[in-house]
Amino acid sequence: MSAQRIDDTVMENIEILAKLSMSEDEREEMRTELEKILDYVEKLNELDTENVEAASHIFPLENVFREDEVTNGDAQEEMLANAPVKKEGQYQVPKTV
Amino acid sequence: MKIIEMSATALGEEIKKGQIGVKEAVKAYLDQIEAVEPSVHAYLDIDEKKIYARVKEVEKGIRQGKYTGPLAGVPIAVKDNICTRGQATTCASKILNDFVPPYSADAVEKLEEAGMILLGKTNMDEFAMGSTTETSAFGETKNPWDLTRVPGGSSGGSCAAVAAGEAPLALGSDTGGSIRQPSAFCGVTGLKPTYGTVSRYGLVAYASSLDQIGPIGKNTKDCGALLDVIAGYDKRDSTSIQRKLYDFSKDLGEDIRGLRVGVPKEYLSEGLDSEIKKAIVDAVNALSQNGAIVEFFSLGMTDYVIPAYYIIACAEASSNLARFDGVKYGYRSMEGTDLHDMYKKTRAEGFGKEAKKRILLGSFVLSSGYYDAYYLKALKTKALIKKAFDEAFVKYDVLLAPASPSPAPHLGESLTDSLKMYLSDIYTVAVNLAGLPAISMPWTLDSQKLPVGLQFIGNCFEEKKVLQAAMGLEKIRGDFPLAFAKEEG
Repeated sequence: MSAQRIDDTVMENIEILAKLSMSEDEREEMRTELEKILDYVEKLNELDTENVEAASHIFPLENVFREDEVTNGDAQEEMLANAPVKKEGQYQVPKTV
Repeated sequence: MKIIEMSATALGEEIKKGQIGVKEAVKAYLDQIEAVEPSVHAYLDIDEKKIYARVKEVEKGIRQGKYTGPLAGVPIAVKDNICTRGQATTCASKILNDFVPPYSADAVEKLEEAGMILLGKTNMDEFAMGSTTETSAFGETKNPWDLTRVPGGSSGGSCAAVAAGEAPLALGSDTGGSIRQPSAFCGVTGLKPTYGTVSRYGLVAYASSLDQIGPIGKNTKDCGALLDVIAGYDKRDSTSIQRKLYDFSKDLGEDIRGLRVGVPKEYLSEGLDSEIKKAIVDAVNALSQNGAIVEFFSLGMTDYVIPAYYIIACAEASSNLARFDGVKYGYRSMEGTDLHDMYKKTRAEGFGKEAKKRILLGSFVLSSGYYDAYYLKALKTKALIKKAFDEAFVKYDVLLAPASPSPAPHLGESLTDSLKMYLSDIYTVAVNLAGLPAISMPWTLDSQKLPVGLQFIGNCFEEKKVLQAAMGLEKIRGDFPLAFAKEEG
């Protein structure tokens, strides 16, 4: 199946989705490895799953709701302690526009 | 018997009787860590000051009747993807190199409530992605049975710590065999509970629908006692399950008479090491001779478990690992010219190769145009795999299976061919896809003096049957040799 092959457009798209920058060499190495794995998982096409319902979870689950209440409001300092860069009680990031 | 040779439950009893002091027990383990850690490298972080402060707290708690359980005063090692408040939790990744969680995992809170003492955080494959502990960003762990071999993975540090006498018990996590396979390689016992039994709150997520925390110990009884401590409903984990009973180790017997054991034929076919195959056949004979009803049968679907597993696990990983963006915690690349460039460089510099590969694969199978062909197909396959097990458990109480197709490989052997490494998960991943409980226990040594482990797999919620089967086989086997005792002898 040619559709599964990862061409440049597909590779570029998954890099954007994955938010990963890669060198040319790295990209080619990953492409080769991914194609190898995709070739292997093609095996699933042997299975007839026409009338099978997808199992996201093993047990029947219901949505678990709760009130959106702040329970750790006094932990701002603690939460910020791990931030690589912070300023005035907030996370600081490089300019966005 | 030396303290570090005792089982965790035996040590707990001696502590309770006042025969062994909490400090004495902890000191014995710290001494062993000092002696063997330079060669094994099971731990990533050990904070002696914290340990001794905690010892005082536990001594007082035992005196005052606050800690009365069977594991009060017993030390434990915890895998480094399980959050420990105030102590670094890195997932063996550069991207979480300096992360100190402001909270503890539910399982860790429960260890504390039981009066247990955290010895340290153990090494693992980066974000639990690997089967050898070699994808750790902080160096490999070595197998205490043979230092030229891997301990297995991803909970390789936890299993090696127990095998090397560096901890009487450990917590691991199992997404596709990450407790059971290293337990087999290291000659220790490890249990993956039914999905939803132990809270995932505070376990850094790899593949959320498959991840479970579980106990690793010297024997089945110890694993049962630790499962009693860590299991329980937790509202902070939305897939946590409210079970009727949590007393897994209560009235555990060794009687296997009448136990219906199924052995999947497919598991004994091509690809299985001949010595491991022989070990399984020996176990089958031993079980039959002791009154169990053992039958070979065809489980089906075995060719499809690895493709389904890697699609689902990578899809979930790509989503879960999106949170590591250099903003709120962990590593940030200072090279980024703008926000998106910072994200991309942070992740490129922070993640190792295996993590990147799985994120890319996951991004691909979830992407528009490929979702149905890969991800949805895998979820449907998962339903068929679950069905195959459902049918098996109509006929059998437990299934007997190998834990790995071969003994522990040499260091460096597996990373050159990742597909081959993925294929070695053949006997373990189906259990996660079907949400089942399974135990891995050491059964014998092969001709190279390496441990051979086997698994008992149970139906959902039937940890007790799994533990009972393992207790029965353990009684037939007798005490399993300890890796560190061998070194000294």
